[in-house]
Amino acid sequence: MSSAGTGSSQGVGARVLRKEDDRLMRGRGQFVADIRLAGMKDVAFVRSPLAHARIRGIAIPDHLRDRVFVAADLEGVAPIRAVSGLPGFKISEQPVLATGKVRQVGELVAMCIGATRAEAEDIAAAVTLDLEELPAVHDMREALKPGAPLVHEHWGDNVFLEAFVDVNFESALDAPIKVTREISTSRQCMAPLEGRGVVATFDHRLDQLTVYSATQMPHINRNGLSECLGMPQERIRVVSPDVGGGFGHKGILLPEEVCLSWATMRLGFPLRWIEDRREHLTASANCREHHYRITAYADRDGRLRGIDCEATVDSGAYSSYPFSACLEAAQVASILPGPYDFPAYRCRTFSAATNKCPILPYRGVARTGVCFALELVLDAVAREAGIEPSALRLKNLIRPDQMPFDNITNKHFDSGDYPEAVERALAAIDVAGIRARQRAGEPDGRRIGVGLAVYCEQAAHGTSVYAGWGIPMVPGHEMASARMTPDGGLEIKVGVHSHGQGLETTLAQVANEILGVDIDRVRVVLGDTAATPYSTGTWGSRCMVMAGGAVATACKELAGKATRIGARLLQVAPEDVTLAAGHVSSATGSVSLKEIAHTWYRRPQDLPADVDASGLEAIAGYKPVRDSGTFSYAAHAVTVAVDPDLGTVDILDYVIVEDGGVLVNPMVVDGQIYGGLAQGIGTALYEEMPFDDAGQPLATTFADYLLPGPTEVPEPRLDHMESPSPYTQFGVKGIGEGGAIAPPAAITNAINDALSGLGVEMLHSPVTPHRIVEAILGARGASRSRTAA
Amino acid sequence: MKPAPYQFERPRTLDAACALLAEAERSGAHVKIMAGGQSLGPLLNLRLAEPDLVIDISAIRELAVADRAGDDLVLGACVTHADIEDGRVPDVTRGAMQRVAGGIAYRAVRNRGTVGGSLSHADPAADWLSALTALDARLVLQGPDGTRTLPLSDFVVGALETALLPAEMVAAVRVPLLAPSARWGYAKACRKTGEFAHAIGAVLVDPQARTARVVIGALDARPLLLADASGLFGGRITSEFAAQFDPAAADALLAEAGVADPVRRHFHVTVLGRAVREAAQ
Repeated sequence: MSSAGTGSSQGVGARVLRKEDDRLMRGRGQFVADIRLAGMKDVAFVRSPLAHARIRGIAIPDHLRDRVFVAADLEGVAPIRAVSGLPGFKISEQPVLATGKVRQVGELVAMCIGATRAEAEDIAAAVTLDLEELPAVHDMREALKPGAPLVHEHWGDNVFLEAFVDVNFESALDAPIKVTREISTSRQCMAPLEGRGVVATFDHRLDQLTVYSATQMPHINRNGLSECLGMPQERIRVVSPDVGGGFGHKGILLPEEVCLSWATMRLGFPLRWIEDRREHLTASANCREHHYRITAYADRDGRLRGIDCEATVDSGAYSSYPFSACLEAAQVASILPGPYDFPAYRCRTFSAATNKCPILPYRGVARTGVCFALELVLDAVAREAGIEPSALRLKNLIRPDQMPFDNITNKHFDSGDYPEAVERALAAIDVAGIRARQRAGEPDGRRIGVGLAVYCEQAAHGTSVYAGWGIPMVPGHEMASARMTPDGGLEIKVGVHSHGQGLETTLAQVANEILGVDIDRVRVVLGDTAATPYSTGTWGSRCMVMAGGAVATACKELAGKATRIGARLLQVAPEDVTLAAGHVSSATGSVSLKEIAHTWYRRPQDLPADVDASGLEAIAGYKPVRDSGTFSYAAHAVTVAVDPDLGTVDILDYVIVEDGGVLVNPMVVDGQIYGGLAQGIGTALYEEMPFDDAGQPLATTFADYLLPGPTEVPEPRLDHMESPSPYTQFGVKGIGEGGAIAPPAAITNAINDALSGLGVEMLHSPVTPHRIVEAILGARGASRSRTAA
Repeated sequence: MKPAPYQFERPRTLDAACALLAEAERSGAHVKIMAGGQSLGPLLNLRLAEPDLVIDISAIRELAVADRAGDDLVLGACVTHADIEDGRVPDVTRGAMQRVAGGIAYRAVRNRGTVGGSLSHADPAADWLSALTALDARLVLQGPDGTRTLPLSDFVVGALETALLPAEMVAAVRVPLLAPSARWGYAKACRKTGEFAHAIGAVLVDPQARTARVVIGALDARPLLLADASGLFGGRITSEFAAQFDPAAADALLAEAGVADPVRRHFHVTVLGRAVREAAQ
């Protein structure tokens, strides 16, 4: 047999509209907050108002005693433990309700149950906490100093993990150019349209706890719930209904999920908790906060000789399940070299504990911070060498003739032409035209600048990568099942989840590519531990590679079964038929998959006695040929106009040249890039969660936590390259996060280009009007005092 | 984010609303008046406001009326920003108020938010507070003993603080007719569309009358009003006022007003300068 082959109007590469949009765009999706169960009550939490305090007492009014639960009530519930196997990692135990101490503002202290959320909040307001405030540490670099307040006293310091890499570093020291910068990114919140939410209920008939949760990773949630509740997994079902954006926030096991699970079993009625925006911003979805002290060594012509870096990640108070408190810093050390080829490297990383929310992996994870640090320092090197930033990149990028390429940290680049992406971006943005315009000046007094950033996005990291980090979740073979229905439809079941990625469509396209079944007749089942095979879920831009590969593999097996049955119906040998466009055909006849399915299920009397008995159902596991991950990449080029008096930045033009391997649905890929770009612009210019000296988060609503809106996000010009991965089914690569990686670096480089005549260099994101004007006024003051001297 | 429990009344007349206010004052109940609810709604949900009683005045038809009274425009307290933006009220400012209204927050906010509610809330970053102070608007306040009229500049006594007495409410806003020779300029700095302003400048210059009235808004305090702003223009208002604008004088004024951060002062001076330029165009 052979597969349908490429070129199907609905298969791999087809720009088909998303199947799921019919319900989602009409407001007919079903999210956790839409679920109504008989007798369901609402939960609100009493949260710590302080960043660090000893709990002396929790006063619950007598008449509310049976509606309020504290840590002492949670008999048999274990704390959340996300331990990394990296040597030296210090373990934190995250109690589901605070015991002894609170270590962050927003930490759960008591669970309150009311007929409505408003009533539950009234009850929460009636509970009073007696807290002895302790000195709090909210600055990661202060946290590392001796004498800092300790988040976990028994550690003796505030270091989850310190790691060190040195490859030939000494050899760079004689380089004529040495540029050092301190670069940092602010703490952010992820802000998907839908926050987290949980509905928990117990089914006595099935003897099963059912947890509906807005999660990206239902099977991993079940692992965690089982560990915390001490319940065997077959007694727990996790259902993830429609989910309104994940971005990493929904890949985390929440203490709230454990609390509601315990309480519904204790109380006997369903419970609901829906995260509100204040909880989201102040108590949960924190991410991104990195600090780099980075030095680049180069020859006079801009050839990179080496990179030296000390990086600190503010990991917050606890190690989150399953990604742990050190995933970001571990990634920093291994991916900082980016898509560049240079011979010497040293990096020391710290995962610092502070009295703030645990840091969670956000779209791009460490790649966004790493790209920001590296691409900013490369621009500084280019200025020092007196060459165009693009020329410096072209000199140092991994070349196509080196592919596949193992870089200085043993990252295995599978394929691609990075210089070509840069060349295309430069041509599209018209650097020469911008330089001419800069010389002429702007009539309105603004200053324009052009910025470039290049990144690589390792995606679909497999067993070998995660086994090295040793966290509670290591992806193995990704599983999928494929089943023909008696009327010729196809049911595909996978354990990943879709929360905006369009997997109900793209996985159907994969099935269509193999079996030729119309995508309207392909039902993709996701997000339910009772209905789908085990999977680590949706994270790390892995679904198209891993679940797509698994669906293709299962469909191929199913194709083999259907072909063998079809050959019997056509009365020819299996090797004499082909499967194409949903039909099994021989030289003399043809039978449709629909007829094959009808015969197998409804008219078995028409089949010979010795027919293949395995039926029209297949379950298969998949791993790429190599599991070290696919490498997609892009060059982002942007033109900005900066108002030097108000510090405002307008994006005039944005070009993205992207290579995600073979694209299953280019429209879905474009959508991923648009969304990622919007988030990247947020990181670059707007989003920041500031803290006061007591560790209080200060941006508690969207009035203070600024997100870019439609008027702040331009339509980018996209160009696709398609270098297939040699290791994956169809040559696909993961591209889900890329859009969010490069914008902070590209935009900040453009701002620095615009302001270069003013003696100003912006090195902290977001690049706010206040920071820009502060720097300009500072530079003016410095030049005035020089003149005066 | 659900409000604490409160009583709710929705009177149909201004008299009925005043009676409810008077009764609440006698009983010691804490009252909040809700018009469009665009500021009070979030404050209730965040439990930053926990009144015993909310009086919703949006059903009082007489408060939604806008009309000319002599040279003045009289806006009922419940006239919305969108009413002004869309030109559904008479124009006495040659489009100045219409342009200010169109720049307030987002259209969804403008559809419901009211001019009386915005002024009563007295958020220093709100547009009307600065713009109507510069236009020398007066407020008609309705209390148990009748009405009184107060210049807006006296009505606002601090950030989120007004001269409203207990049992008193804003009934109307009176905006005087702009003189034919008067020039208007208004500018603000926001980091994104719809965001609260970080700096506001409102300028009403009449080169013929040689007067300038200037407001610097979005401070941590009430808007800074210079009823005679000639000091910002070299001591004398001429037709060349834009060229005579003195940023250093504005900066000194802000420093004196307690704006310690030089960057914030720079924003305010820049925005004020742009408002001046607009007035000169």
